[in-house]
Amino acid sequence: MSGTFLGMPAFPRAAAESTGDARLRANLRHATRTIRDKRARAVAELPDWQRLRAAGAAVKDRTLRHLDHYLEQLERAVTEAGGTVHWAADAAEANRIVTGLVLATGEREAVKVKSMATQETGLNAALEKAGIRAYETDLAELIVQLGDDLPSHILVPAIHRNRGEIRDIFRERMGQWGRPAPDGLTDRPAELAEAARLHLREKFLRARVAISGANFMVAETGTLVVVESEGNGRMCLTLPETLISVVGIEKVVPTWQDLEIFLQLLPRSSTAERMNPYTSMWTGTTDGDGPRDFHLVLLDNGRTDALADAVGRQALRCIRCSACLNVCPVYERAGGHAYGSAYPGPIGAILTPQLRGVTSPLDASLPYASSLCGACYDVCPVAINIPEVLVHLRERVVEGGEVTVRGTRTRIRPARGHAAERAAMRAAGWAFGHPRLLRAGQRLAGRARRLQPRRLPLPGPGRAWSATRDLPPLPAEPFRDWWQRTRGDRQAPEGRADRADRAGPEEERERGESP
Amino acid sequence: MADGPAAGRAARPGAGLRVGLFVTCVNDTLYPGTGRAVVTLLERLGVAVDFPMEQSCCGQPQFNTGYRRAAEPLVRRHARAFAEYDYVVTPSGSCAAMIRDNHPGIVPDSAPVAERTYELTEFLVDVLGVTDVGAYYPHTVTYHPTCHGLRALRLGDRPRRLLAAVRGLTLVELPGAEECCGFGGTFAVKNAAVSAAMGADKAAAVMGTGAEAVCTVDNSCLMHIGGTLSRLGSPVRPVHLAEILAATAATGAAAEGSSG
Repeated sequence: MSGTFLGMPAFPRAAAESTGDARLRANLRHATRTIRDKRARAVAELPDWQRLRAAGAAVKDRTLRHLDHYLEQLERAVTEAGGTVHWAADAAEANRIVTGLVLATGEREAVKVKSMATQETGLNAALEKAGIRAYETDLAELIVQLGDDLPSHILVPAIHRNRGEIRDIFRERMGQWGRPAPDGLTDRPAELAEAARLHLREKFLRARVAISGANFMVAETGTLVVVESEGNGRMCLTLPETLISVVGIEKVVPTWQDLEIFLQLLPRSSTAERMNPYTSMWTGTTDGDGPRDFHLVLLDNGRTDALADAVGRQALRCIRCSACLNVCPVYERAGGHAYGSAYPGPIGAILTPQLRGVTSPLDASLPYASSLCGACYDVCPVAINIPEVLVHLRERVVEGGEVTVRGTRTRIRPARGHAAERAAMRAAGWAFGHPRLLRAGQRLAGRARRLQPRRLPLPGPGRAWSATRDLPPLPAEPFRDWWQRTRGDRQAPEGRADRADRAGPEEERERGESP
Repeated sequence: MADGPAAGRAARPGAGLRVGLFVTCVNDTLYPGTGRAVVTLLERLGVAVDFPMEQSCCGQPQFNTGYRRAAEPLVRRHARAFAEYDYVVTPSGSCAAMIRDNHPGIVPDSAPVAERTYELTEFLVDVLGVTDVGAYYPHTVTYHPTCHGLRALRLGDRPRRLLAAVRGLTLVELPGAEECCGFGGTFAVKNAAVSAAMGADKAAAVMGTGAEAVCTVDNSCLMHIGGTLSRLGSPVRPVHLAEILAATAATGAAAEGSSG
C-alpha cells in the first residue's frame, strides 16, 4: 500500500503517543461526535434502513461471488463506450500504468479527485518521482497535501486539524503550490473555503489531465460514479482532456438499479446527508463533451486474496463511508495516523491486514486495535461484522495458518512477539480445564490477599494495567468454596461429566475448616 | 420500604425450573459476592439453582485474543457441565454473548447449551417474566450498559426496568452511556494507553452524575471502571446489577459494592 506509511511503529506505540496529544484528542472528539450524532439522525429518518442495509450487503456479496463475471462485463461495456481498461495486480503496477498514461499526454501535472485507491497505492509519490505534480482538489486532501501531512480519516482526511491549524497551513504553504492565500486570512470557515476555491480554480482551468477514483462502477453499462460534496470532483471529471480513474475491483455493482440502494446508504452514513450535493456519472467518452480520453485502471492489490478468505471477504463490501471511524472510541482517541494506512479506524484494522498481510509488526497489531465494542458493526451500512473479522485476523496473527498471497494458498507462521502470550493463554486454558487446580490457586490467592498490592506497579504486562487502574481486593473465599460450604451436600443431577472434580476428599477436608 | 411482592411470598415464578448457574471465572475468583447475589435472588424467586462444580471459563479471553484452539477444550467442558439444565444463567453479558454467539462455531455440539444460555436480566425478564424482584437499595445509581449487553445480546431496557422497580433506588442517566468503557479483555493491557483514556472518560462521566454507585451487568467492565475510579480517588462504588437486585431491606447492608 502507500509507501508514505512505511516504517511506522505498531499501533499500541503510535496510539500511546497520539492519545497523549491533547489538541488532537480535542479536534477528533469534537469532529467525530458531531458527525456521529448527525448520522444517527439521518439514518433514523428512514424506516427501512435495516432492510436497505441488508440489501446493500446482499448485492455486494453476490457481486463479489461472481466478481470475475461482472469485471469482464464492465470491461466490455467501458471499451464499447470508448474507454480503455487496464488491469493492475498491485500498487506498483497501478502507479506504473498511471504514470505512463500521464507522460503519454505530454503533461507534467494532473488534478485529482479525492480517491482512496490512489492513497492506497501511494500514487502521488510515484508521480512525483516521474516528474509529475498531482494536485489534490478535495478541500481536506488539499490541507493534507499543503501541510506535507498524511490523511487520517477516509472521508475527512484532515479531521485531525482544527481551523487555526488550517489557516496557518494555507498562509504558509499555498504560495508554494500556486495562488497564495489572501492577505489577512482568518480561521473563519467561509474565508478558508474561499481561499481554497481561488487557489484551486487556477488548477481546474489549467489542467489537461485528471485522476480520480470511483465510488461505484456499473457493470451493465460501464458507468463510473463519484459522489462528493464540494464540486471539485465535477470540475476534474469534466474539464480536462484525459481522465484516468483508479478503482478497486470490489467497487463494481451489476446494474443501475443497485445504485438505488447505495446512493441512499452512502450519503446518510458518511456525511449524514439525505443526498450528497454532487453525483457525477460518466460512461466512456462522448464527442464534444468532457474528456476525450478515458482510462480505467482496475486495482487488485490484495483484494483477490481477501476474497479467498470466507470470513475476511466481507470487508470488501465496504463503500468507504467512514461511519465506523466516527463511532469508534479507539479511533477517536488514537487518531487515524496510528493505523499506519490509508484506511484507518475499524475498517482499516480489518482491511489493511488483509491487503498487506500480517507479517509486519504494525499490520499484526491492527486486529488488536479494538475493544470489540461492536459500535462499528452497528453503524456499517453494508453490515460488515467488523468484530468477527478482527477476532478472525487475531487468530491468523497468533496461530498462523493458511492464507492466500497473490493468488497462491500459503501457510504462514504465527507473527513474532506472541510467544509469552501464547504460553500464558495455554496455561490459563489448562488451569481452567482442571477446576480443582484452579480452586487451589484461588485459595492460595485468597489466603495471601492481605499481601496483595492494589496500586503498586505490577510486574511484566501487569504494569500496563496497574499504571492507571487499581485492582479489586481479592475475596476471602472464591465462589465455588462458598457454594460447596453452604450447598455442597445437595444431590447433584445424575450423569454429569467429570464427577471427580466435584467432591474429592480434598474438598471434604476444606469444608471442615471453612468458617 | 416494604419488600416487593416477589420477595419469597406469593410470586415464585421460577418454581420447578432446573437452572444451572454459570458464575464465570472472573466472578468465581474475584467477585464471589455477585455469584452469591445471583443465588440469593434466584432462590428468592423460587428457582432451584445449581452450580455444577466442573464449570470453569467460557473461553472468551482465549477466543477474543485469537487463541481459538486454546478455547476449544473449555467450550467442550462448558457444554458438558451444563448439558442437562433447562436454563443456564450467567451474571455476565460478555460471557453470555461468547457462549451464544461463538460456542457453536467452535464446538458444534455445544449449540443446545448455548441456546439455553441467558444473561441474568434476560432470564428474569424473558423467562421468569418479572421486573420487580422485591429488591430494596436506597442509593443513587447510574447504569452503564456494557457493549456486549447493548450490542451483542440487545438487552435493551431490561436492566433499566429491573432497576426502576427497586425500592429506594434513584437511577441517574449516564452521559455517553453507550460508549465502551475501554476494558475489552486483553485490549486493556495490549493497548493500555487507549484503554486508560477511554476508562478515564467513562469514569469522569460516572463521577459527573453524582451517583453513589455505578452498576453494570458485567464485572469485567466494572473492574476497569472501578479500578479507574479508585485510582482517581472517587468514592463511587462499582456494583454488579445482581447485587442490587439481591438486596432487600433485611440484607441491604450486605450489598455495599461488588466485592467478596
